[in-house]
Parts: sequence; structure tokens; C-alpha cells
Amino acid sequence: MNRIKTIIKKEWAEVFKNRMVLFTIIFLPLLLATLPLIILGVSGGFGMEDISDGLPGQFTQVCPEGLTGGECFQVMMVSQFMLLFMMVPLIIPVNIAAYSVVGEKTTRSLEPLLATPITTLELLIGKNLAAVIPAVIATWGGFLVFAVGAGIIVQSVNVTRALISPVWLFAVIVIGPLLAVLSVNFSLMVSSRVTDPRAAEQISAVIIIPVLVVFFGQIAGLFFINASIVLGTAVVLLFIDAIMIYLAERVFQRETILTRWK
Amino acid sequence: MIVTENLTKEFESVLAVDHLTLEVNEGEVFGFLGPNGAGKTTTIRMLTSLIGPTAGTAAVNGYQIGKEDKQIRQTVGILTEAPGLYENLSAEYNLEIYANLYEVKDPKGQVEKYLRMMGLWDRRSDEAGTFSKGMRQKLALSRALLHEPRILFLDEPTAALDPESARLVRDFIAELRKEGRTIFLCTHNLDEADRLCDRIGIFKTHLLVVDTPDRLRTQVFGRKVVFHLIKADEMLAGILRGLPFVSDVRLIDNKLVVNTDNPELHNPDIIRLLVGQGADIQFVGELRRSLEDVYLQLVRETHE
Repeated sequence: MNRIKTIIKKEWAEVFKNRMVLFTIIFLPLLLATLPLIILGVSGGFGMEDISDGLPGQFTQVCPEGLTGGECFQVMMVSQFMLLFMMVPLIIPVNIAAYSVVGEKTTRSLEPLLATPITTLELLIGKNLAAVIPAVIATWGGFLVFAVGAGIIVQSVNVTRALISPVWLFAVIVIGPLLAVLSVNFSLMVSSRVTDPRAAEQISAVIIIPVLVVFFGQIAGLFFINASIVLGTAVVLLFIDAIMIYLAERVFQRETILTRWK
Repeated sequence: MIVTENLTKEFESVLAVDHLTLEVNEGEVFGFLGPNGAGKTTTIRMLTSLIGPTAGTAAVNGYQIGKEDKQIRQTVGILTEAPGLYENLSAEYNLEIYANLYEVKDPKGQVEKYLRMMGLWDRRSDEAGTFSKGMRQKLALSRALLHEPRILFLDEPTAALDPESARLVRDFIAELRKEGRTIFLCTHNLDEADRLCDRIGIFKTHLLVVDTPDRLRTQVFGRKVVFHLIKADEMLAGILRGLPFVSDVRLIDNKLVVNTDNPELHNPDIIRLLVGQGADIQFVGELRRSLEDVYLQLVRETHE
């Protein structure tokens, strides 16, 4: 446990000296929390109470009960951007974990580190947690900012309830960490294989594509995030995460990393 | 302390280490010499349980590589070819990380001890990236010693250092030797190896020879004694060639270079003979070949 803590502290000491990473951790969740708040603020002032007749049928079908047409429109609009919020637990770990192994290799610090009694599992857990914890804190913190902001901006209790719904709370509290674990282990796998830190970041960034697909799918009206989709996603992610952790451990071959990289 | 038997490492089709059988004794400074790509670093990596062998066995500190890797890593120290420091972290924190990874009992105390010993205490808060090469090497050496290992593997400890820094590192290795630690020293600096090592192994994929530097010199070049005379000539050389214990005599200016297997025993006889022949002897000394000559000779022989 002490060794894991040492790795986490070491990773943080290194990574938080990088202003770009700090910027991403602080400003990305703030930006993605502010964006829906701005939409809420703007759409709330349009007097959209009377637009229910003009709403497409698929909107009214998925709209929570008890909302007026304008409130429903507001919830729909903001929900699109809240989905973007789920990119936070994917992007932050990429910044931290992608550099994690390949960075140590390029600075030649991996060999003395691997020469210590630390096990591969301890090292990977340390590196995992060092990337997952900031991502989860940033996700939860950003959502808290959004929830507080929404509580202040939105006049209708119904809209607030629809936005800070159990579905979204579950998504942020459970799916957020699961996405972070997925992103970290994918980045660690990439980082264990490539020889250039920039390549590691670029390749790892493809992890955000599934969220973008869901985002555009929802915008296109193909589906709308609801309880069953969120629960199903959580189960699938749990399964994928287990596979990714296993693969990350398999890919991290001490010997290959030390002898094949130049 | 270190025992290997037919230790072999093959990378796909490349044979890096071929049936290395070796024994390094406790408290010994063992020099592991060889050209670039000879497999020295691979050997160190196997002996420190960083990579596994393809065949053969090795025991370090009584622990078997491949079976008791964690114990091996806990009880040996390694100075890798590159210092591999966390350059944007302070010198002190660099060491604290390793003190914690090795689960040193008094991490702060050990870190302070070695930073002071290496003369880095005043710069402890500075980032390692701001250090000179010599300081980085000293910091890396401190890192290797934090857990007080009885066996230390040093891979090119003075490579790329200026003479002053190299001297500091060499002196420190000599101190470690006095403490009775076993040191496995991989170096290209043959003068360094000659001065520091009790025994030397010359290695090029497989072990060519192992012995003390002096015995290696004798083995390769024999022992030569130089007699400086006021006037030497071919007649004197001829007389010496007639002696049963002299294998060769060369006349160079007014010097007679005499090959003999036991100068301590035979020099008095040679001196008596020369004086008896009326020669005026100015100096007598052993012609000491450098370890570089020995090394080059042995490595050249393997090419042929």
C-alpha cells in the first residue's frame, strides 16, 4: 500500500508541475459546467412557456412528466451539453496517464523504478489511481458547480429536478469513474507500447470518440439518455473496464518495455 | 554473493549473453569489461531481476533469479547507465520516492545521510534537472544506496563525467569497497577498473577471461623486467637469453627487457650476472602493461 501511495504522490508531483495538465483539470470541467448553465440562463429568458405546440413529437415523448413545453425544451437543450460533460473523466486521464509510462521511458527513469521491489500490479494501481482520482474529482466537482449554478439560475423546480435527476446523478457518480478507469487503462496500454509521449496522447485521445458518437446520436434524435441506457452503459463499462485492466497489466511487460524501446 | 551458471539471454535471434558462468565473492569489486553491445547491461539487468534469462541459473545474495525476484530487488542496488532521475522534482524528493519504495525504516534520515555524504545537501530543494552531470550521477548513486544494499551494480558510473566528477565517484566507490560491499562494476574505463577492481571479467557475449588485473597481465603478456644500463649491447642480451628461466630478451637503446615468469626469484641472479659482466645498472623495474593493452589483446584475439 505504501508503494502505491508513493507512486500516486510521485505522479502528482510530476504531473501537476505541468501547467497544461493543471489547466485541463481545472478549466475543462468548469467550461463544460458553465456551457449548459449559459444555455439555461439564455433559454430561461425567452419566455418559452408557450412553445409546446411547436415541439417535435420525439421531444414530448421523452420529456419528464409535469414540464411545460418550454421547460421541456430547456431540459432537452441542456441535456445535450450535459452529455459532453461525460468527456471530462475521459480527457483528464489521457493527459495524465498517456505520459505515464512512455514519459518514464524517455527520461530513462523507468529502469531504476522497475529495479525496486515494486510489483507490476502495485505500479499500475498507483499510476491508475493517480490519473483516476483527479479525473473523478474534476467530474464530480464540475457537476457540483453545474448543480449549484442550475439551482440558482433555473426558476422552475421541475426543470431543476429534471436536470439533477437520479439518471444524471448516477451517470456522473458511477459512470464518470468507470469512464475514467477505461480511459486510464487505455492510455496506459498505449503508453506502454509507443515510444513518443506525443503519439501516446494523440492515440489515447481516440477514447473520447464513443462519447462523441452518443452526443451526436442524441442530437440527431436517434435516442435519448434515460435510466435504462445509463444502467446498461454502467454494466457494459464495468465489463469493459475489467478487460482493460487485465489487458493493461498484460501489455505492461517489464522486459519488453526495457529492452525494445530505445 | 553472485553465482551464475550457464546464464544465457537471447533476444529473438540475437544471442546477448552466452552461457555465462561466474562467481563474485562477498566484499569483492568485480569489473565487468567488454565492448559496446557485448551484453554487459543485459547481464546486469538479469542479475537485478529486471529481465529474465532464456536459460541457465543465477543466485544473487542467495536468491534465485526468476524465482525470488522481489527479494533480489530489495537487497541489491543499481546505478543504471543513465541516472534516470525525475528532473522536475527536487533532489530530496527524488530520493524520498526511492526510500519509500524500498521501505527504508528512516527514509528522511537516510536521504539526509546520503545527500550530505555526496555534498548535495545544500542543493536538496533544487530540481534534479538543474544539476550538472556529476551531481546527477552522485544523486543516482545515493538512490542506489538508500536501502543499504550489500550488492551494488554500477553500470558505467563515470561515463560522460568530467575528470573531477569521475574522481569523486571513483573515490566514493573505493569507500564503498572499504565498507565491505560487493560491487559489480561495468565500465569502459580500464584505468578505473585497474584501480578499483579485485578481479576482472572480460566479456563479449560470453566470458573470455576472469582474474585479477595483475594475473591477467601476466597471463597475456608474461612478466617483463627492464634493466637500465649505462651501456647495453647484444652480447649481454645473448648471455641473458642463455639463462633457463629467461624466455626472451630484447635490447632497446641501453635497456634490456627480460621476460621471466618469476622476477622476485630470478632478478638477483640476473643482476649478479650483469654486474659480473661489467655492466653498470642504473635502474631495475617491472614493465607494467596497462589493462587496456590486456583488454585490447584479448578482444582482438576473439576477432581472429
